[in-house]
Amino acid sequence: MSDALQIRLDLERPNFKLCCDLVLPGRGITILFGPSGSGKTTLLRCVAGLESSFKGRIAIGQDIWHDSAQKQSSPVWQRPIGYVFQEASLFEHLSVQQNLNFGLKRSRSKHPIAHSIELLGIGPLLERRPESLSGGERQRVAIARALATDPRLLLLDEPMAALDEARRQEVMPWLERLRDELHTPMLYVTHSSQEAARLGDHMVLLKNGQVTHSGAVADVFRRVDDQDTSAILTARVVSKDLPWQLAELACDDITIWTADNDLAIDQTVRLRIAARDVSVSTSKPLNTSIQNQITGLITVIENDRHPSHALVTIGCGKTQLFARVTRKAVHTLGLSVEQKVWAQIKAVALLA
Amino acid sequence: MSDLHTILNQSAVDAILLTLRLAAVTTICLLIIATPLAWWLSQTRARWRAPVSAMVTLPLVLPPTVLGFYLLVMMGPSGPIGQFTEAIGLGLLSFTFTGLVVGSIMFSLPFAVQPIQHAFESMGPRPMEVAATLRARPMDAFFNVALPMAKPGILTATILSFAHTVGEFGVVLMIGGNIAGQTSVVSTEIYTYVESMQYAQAHWLAAIMVVFSFAVLLWLALMKRQTRAMLS
Repeated sequence: MSDALQIRLDLERPNFKLCCDLVLPGRGITILFGPSGSGKTTLLRCVAGLESSFKGRIAIGQDIWHDSAQKQSSPVWQRPIGYVFQEASLFEHLSVQQNLNFGLKRSRSKHPIAHSIELLGIGPLLERRPESLSGGERQRVAIARALATDPRLLLLDEPMAALDEARRQEVMPWLERLRDELHTPMLYVTHSSQEAARLGDHMVLLKNGQVTHSGAVADVFRRVDDQDTSAILTARVVSKDLPWQLAELACDDITIWTADNDLAIDQTVRLRIAARDVSVSTSKPLNTSIQNQITGLITVIENDRHPSHALVTIGCGKTQLFARVTRKAVHTLGLSVEQKVWAQIKAVALLA
Repeated sequence: MSDLHTILNQSAVDAILLTLRLAAVTTICLLIIATPLAWWLSQTRARWRAPVSAMVTLPLVLPPTVLGFYLLVMMGPSGPIGQFTEAIGLGLLSFTFTGLVVGSIMFSLPFAVQPIQHAFESMGPRPMEVAATLRARPMDAFFNVALPMAKPGILTATILSFAHTVGEFGVVLMIGGNIAGQTSVVSTEIYTYVESMQYAQAHWLAAIMVVFSFAVLLWLALMKRQTRAMLS
């Protein structure tokens, strides 16, 4: 964690207050998640230096970017960051290649730009003018332009919010590729739970300018208010059942069968299993249509949002599943912590 | 010029040449002054912004003779500008070409500042922020992002400044005094011809002004349509 990112800030604006004290991993994608007005973009702007009048400290590893106690704040252009804005904000008076060169020249980056061009598949666009690009292409160019400076930290402010669903599906795989192939840590602002579940490694929940949760995506995701409690699993495709068009996915100690959507053996995928799609049985269910039955131990039984419901957490080795059942069912089945149960998974959402 | 001489006499030709020279010098000076001023006005939130903005716009509503009168007094031997220019050995500016340039700059300032300021403002803060995240220092970003993006506004300012200087009368008459070959420009020359009943000469010069002004405005309109088509 020598490259850990420290963000401690206390910022006051008319009608708005942002206050946080975070230490974030110096690798992978950290999702800043929250409803609009929760302060996620402001937080990102503070890290970039686009906002500089606040109390606190921003540091990555040993480098201090902002420290109000020392009256020190480096200007934006001195911070080794890449920033992708919500609208691509390409320089319209320059070609794609010139847009990429803009930061490359000024950062004196030794990092070959060809890698970013290849990583985002924009090779064929280099001679084009920004106005002739589609929304998805513009955003990919904007990401490549930010990467051309070889940043120590990549900041993305809702990079897909301005795109329609089809364009979003087009850009998403490129972002996954960045996550898997680059060593640059990223802070990714979004209010889309789908993007968070699919891309995030770490997750910070913001509400009214306050951090409510921060941790691994799998742990934090279930705290997202407007979402059904879900388990987020990272799994690997281990085998395929061609006649039945199914694929077997392994996630630590458990295996799950899912519909085979052109998956490749050894491919890594993200799964989301919602609590409403999991049921609990105290004995091995027989004669059931449900294919995925996983044994585990109940670790927590807690009240759910509706008084008739309970949320059961089932530990299956390193993996956690959540099941929403009625409190009546908890009572009649006599469910209790440490009890062995069979979790039946009715549906699995494949996120990649 | 031989063709021109058949219809216009020497003083009219001199007036045309002087007008073009005055407009060219004024426009160049205006662009140098107005661009940083417009940038400052578009970016600052200082308390000074409103009074400075009002000062810049003042020539738009003041009768040119008022502006010309004050400039004449200030440039005169007992005015502060006059005393200053005499002290540094420039002599008095009133009734000279330099004096005309100074007056024209003041008079056309809003026509240069406003289009450029508008271009900077409509750009929003984003391009400068993007430039900063791409390691550009503020000056670097100004010259390589803000200026190129404001090009249509700067072009409009250039044309308007030039055309407005060509068309001015009151300020020129007050400061320049309509001295043939030195400070007599087309607009004042027309006035002289009319005063001395030389209607044919006045007609020619007036017609040239109408055609010139129309051509400038037409060019401006066509250019605006082109930039709009480019942006959409």
